[in-house]
This record gives sequence, C-alpha cells and structure tokens, in this order.
Amino acid sequence: MDKVQDNRAWFLIIPVFVIVAFSAILPLMTVVNYSVQEIFGPGQTFFVGTEWFQAVLADERLHDALVRQIVYSLAVLAIEIPLGIVIALGMPGGRSARTSLTLVLLALPLLIPFNVVGTIWQIFGRGDIGLAGATFRALGINYNYTSNSIDAWVTVLVMDVWHWTSLVALLCYAGLQSIPPAFYQAAKIDGASKWAVFRYIQLPKMRGVLVIAVLLRFMDSFMIYTEPFVLTGGGPGNSTTFLSQYLTQMAVGQFDIGKAAAFSIIYFLIVLLFSFVFYTVITHTGEGDKQ
Amino acid sequence: MATIHFDNLGHSYHPHPSKPADYALRRLSQEWEDGKAYALLGPSGCGKSTLLNIISGLLVPSEGRVLFDGLDVTRCTPEERNIAQVFQFPVIYDTMTVYENLAFPLRNRKVPEADVDRRVRQVADALDLTADLKKRAKRLTPDAKQKISMGRGLVRSDVAAILFDEPLTVIDPHTKWILRRKLRQIHEEYRLTMIYVTHDQVEALTFADKVAVMHEGAMVQLGTPQELFENPLHTFVGYFIGSPGINLMPCTLGGDHALVEGIAIPLPDRAIAQAGGPQIGGKFELGIRPEFIELTRTGTAGAVPVQVVGVDDLGTSKLATLRMGSQTLKARLSEDQEIPALDAAIRFPSRWTKLYRDSHLVS
Repeated sequence: MDKVQDNRAWFLIIPVFVIVAFSAILPLMTVVNYSVQEIFGPGQTFFVGTEWFQAVLADERLHDALVRQIVYSLAVLAIEIPLGIVIALGMPGGRSARTSLTLVLLALPLLIPFNVVGTIWQIFGRGDIGLAGATFRALGINYNYTSNSIDAWVTVLVMDVWHWTSLVALLCYAGLQSIPPAFYQAAKIDGASKWAVFRYIQLPKMRGVLVIAVLLRFMDSFMIYTEPFVLTGGGPGNSTTFLSQYLTQMAVGQFDIGKAAAFSIIYFLIVLLFSFVFYTVITHTGEGDKQ
Repeated sequence: MATIHFDNLGHSYHPHPSKPADYALRRLSQEWEDGKAYALLGPSGCGKSTLLNIISGLLVPSEGRVLFDGLDVTRCTPEERNIAQVFQFPVIYDTMTVYENLAFPLRNRKVPEADVDRRVRQVADALDLTADLKKRAKRLTPDAKQKISMGRGLVRSDVAAILFDEPLTVIDPHTKWILRRKLRQIHEEYRLTMIYVTHDQVEALTFADKVAVMHEGAMVQLGTPQELFENPLHTFVGYFIGSPGINLMPCTLGGDHALVEGIAIPLPDRAIAQAGGPQIGGKFELGIRPEFIELTRTGTAGAVPVQVVGVDDLGTSKLATLRMGSQTLKARLSEDQEIPALDAAIRFPSRWTKLYRDSHLVS
C-alpha cells in the first residue's frame, strides 16, 4: 500500500502534544531546572552543575531507602500476583448473584481512599483496641508495629496486599472470562490435567492482563506514600521510610529543593527502567523462536 | 472405534418439559454403525449441536441413554468415552509448537514417546503440516490453526469416534474443499467412526456415508445422500436437501389420485393404500423434486398444461419456473431440452411423486 504524505496530519496530533507538554513535559523540565541550581531565594540562584546528583548518589540514607523500596516492591509483586491469580481462578463465572456479590466484595478495598486505608490499619493493629493487635496480645504474641521494625514492615506489606490484591484478581478474572468455552472443552477431550489447563490455556491467555497488573502494582508500590505515612510515619526509626517519603522529607521538610529535584529525576528513571524490564520480560516469555 | 446406540434419547434445557417444543432434542432411538462417516445436517437451532455434545459427553441428556458398543456411557466424561472432537473455531495451545500441540492428547495419556512421534508425523503428513511442525502454533494462519485442531482429533488411533462441529467455518472455500477431501481419505484409510455437524448440505452430502437431517429438535431422516434425495421422508428433508428444494403443493385425495386445485395427479399405489382414503384427516401435500418433472407439450397422455414463467440458464442445466393454476413449480431441465413457449405441459412420474400427510411421507 502506498503511504500518503500529508502534513495536515500534524494538526490532528497537536492537541495531544499540547496536553502532554503542559501535564508532563513542562513540570518535568522545571524539576530538571531546579536540579542543577542552588536556590537561596527568589532571583538568587546559582548554577551548580551535577553537584546535587553527586550528593544524592552518595547519600547513605537514600541507599537504605532504595534497597528497602526494591525489597518491598518485589515482595508486593511476589505475593499479590500469585494470590490474585488464585482468587480469580476460584471466582464463580457466568451471570449470577454470586458473581456480582464476589465482584462487589473484591472491589471494596479499591474504593477506599489511601489515607483511610492507613487509618483503618493503624487502628486494626493497635494492641489496646485494634482487632488484630488485641487478638495477638490475647494469644501472647508480642506484636507492636510502632516499636518493632519487622512488625511495622510486615503490617505495611499486609496492608498493601489487602488493599491491592483485588485489582490483580479483577484483572485476571477479566482475562479468564475472555477465554471461549471451547478451549476448556477441547482440553477436557485432550485429557489435560487441571495444571495443564492452567499452564497451557489460562496462563497464556492472561498474559496481557498480567503485564498490566505487574506494571501497575510495581509502579504504585514503588511510589507508595500515603498508607505508610499514616500508619507508621516511616518508623520505627527509618524501617518503613520508602523513597517517596524520604523525598518529601527532603523537599518539604528540609526545603532542599535542588537535591530533591535531582532525587526526583533519578527516582523517575528507576521506575522507568524497572517497568521497561518487566514489560520486556513478560511480553517475551514463552515467545521463543522469532519467525 | 465403536457402534453408537441411542436409546430413547432426549434432551430439554427446561427443568420440567411438557410439550414437544420444550425439547432441544426429541426422543430418538437409533444405532450408528462402527467405522462409518455420519453427518448431522440442519439449520441453526435444530438440535444438532445438542446431539453432538451428548455424544461427546459434554452434555448429559435429560432422558434416555447413549451406548458405545453396548456399554452405557450416558454419564461418562469425554475422556472416559475416548472421544475426539474438533470445534467450530480453532482451539490451539498458544505457547506450544505445532508438534507439541499435536502430541498433547497423546502425552496426556502417557503414550510412549516413540509412538507419539510416529503418530504426530503421520497426522502432520496427512494434513500438510510437516513443514510447520517446529513453528509456534500462535503464528500460523486460521486455516493452519484449524488443521492443528483437526490433527489433535485425528492423532489418537484408539478413539471411539471423532466428532466435528462445523470445523470448516473459518476456512476459505478452496481449502475447505481440499480439507474435506483429506478427511474423506483419512476416513477411508483408517475406517474411523466420524460424526460431522454442518448446516451446509454440500459438505454433509460429500463427506458422509449417512446423513441425519435434523429439524426443530427431531431427527427427521437418517439415510444415504441418495436416499435423502430420492425419497425424502419429511417435507423438510425435501426442502433442505437439493437446490432448489422439492416442489410442494397442497392437495386432497380423490380415488387413486391426488387433486391439486382440481387437477388429478396419479399417485403410486402404495401411497393411496397407506393413506387409507380421504376420510382420514390431516394436511396433505404433494411433493416432487424439480429434477423429476417431465416437460412435454399439451396433448401428451397424462400431461397437465402449464405456463412457463421464466427460465434460468445455470450453465450445466436450465431451471424453469412454471405456473400450474395458482401453484408455482420449479423444474430442472437439461441444457439441450427445448422449452415450448405456448403449449407446455408437465407430467408427474408416479415413482417420484410423493404424498405427505402432516409433513411426513405416506409410504
């Protein structure tokens, strides 16, 4: 087919360009601008080159936060993705009241504002009045998320699982529902075991939604802020201080605008890099030979 | 391979069926021979897929039994029945190669790897898939994918029967023809019991030894293509098989004749004896296939004058539209037959003239 050259096409994409420019590119450029300057006050700025970047890369506390963040995000993925798949596989199909009820129940955690989720878990985990905390205390288990860093860490993780596994489950459910019944019938006739049905029909057909689920959960968990802020405030010590919280401390608390800007750019690049790697790996798994 | 026996089989999707229309499949008792190719033919919603799913074990009938070689398998799963089935749309395992796809039913049954290899190559060869064996099944055309689906049906040598549910829907006409011939060859070579569901009469008639015509949940006739053509037991068979279908005219009975708008048309003796005379009620119709109407001139003994309304030249034959009274009839004539313009008349050879009472053949 011959391609038609027509410059009028540019008019059609200009609106998108303008929107993206104002919503993403301009703010990002402001950050780039800050990251290379020392700002003392309005009009009093000095160009400092890569000094802020060097400072950020050498920051020990930031290294700790980054490691904590990566471990946390990987733990979130390792729990929520398999759990979401299992829940989706166990959900009733078809149009019944049971299906609707399950869908509503699953969607509930997703509808709760982030800071409310934090508050719910803060109360839930309290040793004096919280259901979980009091139960642990009654059972004689020493649990205190405000003083024990492992308890705090696990609580933040469990909270995220409670909050977001539904999203993975709903995405997988949508993927499973799109498989025509003939596939299951054919597998039955081919004598396939339940595991084979999962491995060769359900999992490959869920590939598309799993890419979305992994990317969304990775990016969201890597940028988590509100819930741990409400629940633990980053403590005890720095045990639940994740990257975005550290960034906020730096920018708003200490007013290190230049350093925080340099940090933001590095943060952005890390998210981009990880997302790219996940996307590439998942979309190419099982593709094997290229024709 | 197995002989399939239907014993008072019926199925309704209603919990408490009361009238015949509640049944997706009406009462049926029949025996299908081992090693023959059968076709289930009928329009959408006639119950052919219901019957197929009952045979394969995907559906448990609400009434009656299915027997394979005398063994009751009504409640057995497809696996227990040892059935292979090919569906309307290609079902392939995306992440596997063509070879692995074809080997899948065998490997699931723990067949020794040497036998798997031999069977897969045999089937791939028969379906022209040998060149693609190492490719990912996902990357192939819909045609090739459907060939893989068929291959998975054919790869097991010990199946009781292979079921095809309109398998050529997604295939282009030319390949369709080749694949149908291929299936026919495979059938003749291995003598497998094959059951082929279709709404396309050409597909059914060219593929099967015996065709079962379904209509509104009932199997109206099971017979060879020739029987369906020459002796349709039900007006629906006459109408559905043949192109155009049978000519049907409402009639009454008078003596040894059928009367169509006062015109006496001779009947085969048997029909009259069976009809038991005009005192027996019911709606009578006279049927004759367009191929069997004889066109002559007025004055020939037993000929009824008609008006020629139009003639379509179909290349290999001519199709004449005739008017007899208020009845419109089609007649298929040979290319070289002369069609009289003014004094045309037709004769109804009594051998091919069929009498139907309430849609069923009187014989």
